[in-house]
Amino acid sequence: MNYEKEEFFAPGHGMCAGCAAPIIVRWVLKLAGPNTIVTNATGCLEVATTAYPRTSWRVPWLHVAFENAAAAAAGVEAAAKAKGEKLNIIAFGGDGGTVDIGLQALSGMVERGHNVLYVLYDNEAYMNTGIQRSGATPWGAWTTTSKVGSANPIGKLRPKKPIGRIIAAHGASYVATANPAFFQDFKKKVQKALSSEGAKFLHVLSSCTTGWRHDPSKTIEVLRLATDTGLFPLWEVVDGDLENMRITYKPKKFKPVEEYLKMQGRFRHLLKNPEYVKKLQDDVNAWWEKYGHHYP
Amino acid sequence: MSKLYWGGKMEVITRGAVITEPGNSVENKTGTWRVFKPVINYDKCIRCLICWQFCPEPAILRHDDEETKMKTPAPKEALKKLPVVEIDYDYCKGCGICYNECPVKAIDFVKEEK
Amino acid sequence: MKIMIRGNESIAYAFKLARVKVVPAYPITPSTLVPEKISEFIANGEMDAEFVPVESEHSAISAAIGASAHGVRVGTATASQGLALMHEVLFIASGMRLPIVMGIGNRALSAPINIWCDHQDMMSQRDTGWMQFYAESNQEGLDLGIMAFKIAEDERILLPAMVGIDAFVLTHTVEPVELPEQKDVDDFVGEFVPHYVTLDPAKPATLGSFGFPEHYMEFKFGQWIAMERAKKVIDEVFAEFEQKFGRKYSKVSAEFVEDADIILVTMGSMTSTTREFVRKLREQGKKVGLVKITVFRPFPKEELVNVLRNAKVVAVMERNISFGFGGAVYGELAASFAKEVKKPKILDFIVGLGGRDVTFNTLQEVVALAEKAANGKKVEEVNWIDVNKEGVLKAEGLQ
Repeated sequence: MNYEKEEFFAPGHGMCAGCAAPIIVRWVLKLAGPNTIVTNATGCLEVATTAYPRTSWRVPWLHVAFENAAAAAAGVEAAAKAKGEKLNIIAFGGDGGTVDIGLQALSGMVERGHNVLYVLYDNEAYMNTGIQRSGATPWGAWTTTSKVGSANPIGKLRPKKPIGRIIAAHGASYVATANPAFFQDFKKKVQKALSSEGAKFLHVLSSCTTGWRHDPSKTIEVLRLATDTGLFPLWEVVDGDLENMRITYKPKKFKPVEEYLKMQGRFRHLLKNPEYVKKLQDDVNAWWEKYGHHYP
Repeated sequence: MSKLYWGGKMEVITRGAVITEPGNSVENKTGTWRVFKPVINYDKCIRCLICWQFCPEPAILRHDDEETKMKTPAPKEALKKLPVVEIDYDYCKGCGICYNECPVKAIDFVKEEK
Repeated sequence: MKIMIRGNESIAYAFKLARVKVVPAYPITPSTLVPEKISEFIANGEMDAEFVPVESEHSAISAAIGASAHGVRVGTATASQGLALMHEVLFIASGMRLPIVMGIGNRALSAPINIWCDHQDMMSQRDTGWMQFYAESNQEGLDLGIMAFKIAEDERILLPAMVGIDAFVLTHTVEPVELPEQKDVDDFVGEFVPHYVTLDPAKPATLGSFGFPEHYMEFKFGQWIAMERAKKVIDEVFAEFEQKFGRKYSKVSAEFVEDADIILVTMGSMTSTTREFVRKLREQGKKVGLVKITVFRPFPKEELVNVLRNAKVVAVMERNISFGFGGAVYGELAASFAKEVKKPKILDFIVGLGGRDVTFNTLQEVVALAEKAANGKKVEEVNWIDVNKEGVLKAEGLQ
C-alpha cells in the first residue's frame, strides 16, 4: 500500500521555517504508513511537535528522554513481539541524542538486533539548546561551545564521528547515509531500511538554518552541496559488511568544498585562511581516495 | 481550576500528559510567522511536485482530484493530468524552500502584506 | 506448595505468576538472579515473555517504559548503582503513569563501592513518584511483588511500584516460601488491561509530550492525587490478598505495642531480628514494642501516628542517611506528628549501613539509649550505632 499522498505529520508544528528535519520525518512516515510506532529522543523535533495539548503526530508517538530513544524503541518492539504484532518501529534522534548521549542505548539496541529503524537527523550540533558542538559537528565549524577567536581561529578542532560506520560495524542489517536533497536515493534507502529485518540505521543530513547560518530558502541547496562537494558521501552497508560498502551516488564533477563553506555563517571564518579550506578539501579528497572504489 | 499562565485553558487535563487527538497541531496557524510569501504562478507550474516534496510543514497541498486538476491553469494542456499543488497559507511559514527549489521559477517570493 | 527459594527468586516467581510479558533487565549484584531466573523460566518454556538483555539499567527502565506504553505488563529488577543510574527515568515512568513493577535488591551506594545491604538506594528514589514496598522475608517479597501489580495497575492509581528485598539477607538467602497456585494468582491479579492510553496504531496518541508551565503543575497534582488514593487501594488489595491467600499484610504492622513505653520502628529484614529481641525483652518484663513499616510510599502517616502516639519513646532504626539531616524515615515519621499535641519522644538510629549486621548487640545499644531518653535524660536526635566513631574523628582531625 502506498501512503505517499497522506500526511502523518501535521502542520502547525513549531520547527523553524526552513528546517530540514520535518521534511525527513514527513517522508519517513509516508513511506512507513500508518502501521507505525515512533519513539523520539529529546530535541527540537520532540519539543516543537508535541507542546501539550497539541501534537503534530498522526502515528503513535513516544518520548522518554534524551539518551534513550533506541532503548524505548527496543521496549516497544519487545512488547509488539510479545503480542505477536508486526509493525514499523521507528526511532528519531538528533545528532546529540544519537552520536553522543544516546550512543550506548543505540549500540545496545543494534547489537541485540531489535527490529527497529533508527533515523538520525543530523544537523551537526546541539541546536535545541542553542548550537553547541556535538560529536557530529564537523571540523572547523563555529558553534557556541567551539567559538572562533584570536586564540582559536578554527572553531571545532576535532572531526565528525563516523556514526554510520560505527553502527554498521555492529552488524546492523542495513545502514545508510542519506540526504533529502538527493530525494530518490533518500526514499529508496528509507524503503530498503523499512523492508529489512533487524536493526536499521539511517544517517540523514539535516540542515539547521539558525545553526548553520544560511537563508531558510537555501536548506535543500546547502544539503545538495554537502554531497556534491563530497563532504557528505551517500553510501549503504548491508549486514555490517563494511568491506562491501556501496557508494550510491558519486558527483560527476565534485564541487569545491569552498562552495559549501561560503554558503554558511558557521564556516565563514575558515574562508579567511586558504589553508583551512585546503585542509577540508584534502580531507574530502582523502576519503574519496580511500573509499571511492566502493562506487559500483 | 488551574491558574493559567498565558490565556486559553484545557477542558481536560489528561493523565500522564497524553494527547489523544492525532495531528491537532493544525490548530496552530503558523502562517502568522511569515514575512515573505510564496505565490504559485500556475501559468508556469509544470506540476513536478518538488515544492510539495520539500515543504517542511507541510503547507503545500497536493490535489489529485480531476476537477481541481482540470480547472487549474497550466502552461500545457497535457500537464493537467498531473496533480496540482496549492499553498496553504494557514501554515506556510514562508521559508522559501519551494521558491528556491522550483525548477521552472514558477513560485514568486513576495513580501507579506499585513 | 512450599518451596525453598532465595529472595531474588521470589521476585522472579512474582513476575512469572503475574504473567509479565516483557522483562528488560541488566545484571547487578545482588539482584542479578532475577533476570537469570526469568531467562531460565523462558528457556524452559515455563514463562511466555520477552526478556530484553539491555546494556544498562538506564536502558532497562527506558525499555520498560516503551513496553508498558505499548500496553503489556512489565517487570524489571535492579539495585544500588543500577537504581541510581535509572534515576531520571524513574520520574518519567511515574509522570507517564505507567504501572511498571521493579524488584530492588536493597544495597548500599558507592563510594566506597559496597555490595551489601542498606536502604539508601530506594530511599534516594523516594521523590520519583514510585510506590515503595519493603519486604521482611522472601515470602513477603513474593506476595508484595504480586500485589504490586494489582495496586499499580488499578484504574484509580496507575503508578509504578518498587518492592525492596534486602541485599544478601534476603536476595541470596534460601527460605521456605508458600508458592501460590497460578490460577489463584490469575484470579487475583487478572489479565492485564491497560487503564491508560497506549501506543496503538488504530488510535494514534502522543505519549511523553512537552508540558509548559500552564499545564505541568496539573500533571504533578494528578500524581499526588494518585499516590494519596493508593493508600486506600493498598489496604483493599492487602485485604483481598489475605482473604484469598491467608497471609496478612498492612502498611504498618505493630506487635507488643499496647502497653509499650519504647517502640522500635523497623523496615525490611532487620524486623525479624528485632522481633526476637523484643520477645526476649518482654520475657524480662520490659515494655518494648515493634512497628514494621512495609509501605514507605505512600507514607502511612495516620497509621504510624495511631500506633505510636502512646509510647514514651519511639526509636526509628533505619538503613539510610540523609546527610545534613538524619534518616529519611525519622524525618517523615517526626513530621507526621507535627499536628499532634500528644507525641512520643522520637529518636533516630542509623544502623546497618553497607551490610553491617543488625544484631542483638546493635539493638541492645538502641534500647539502652531509648531507655535513657524514657527516663528523661538527654539523648542525641540522630544516633549512629555500632560505629567506630573514634577512628572517624581522628581521620577528620577532630581527635
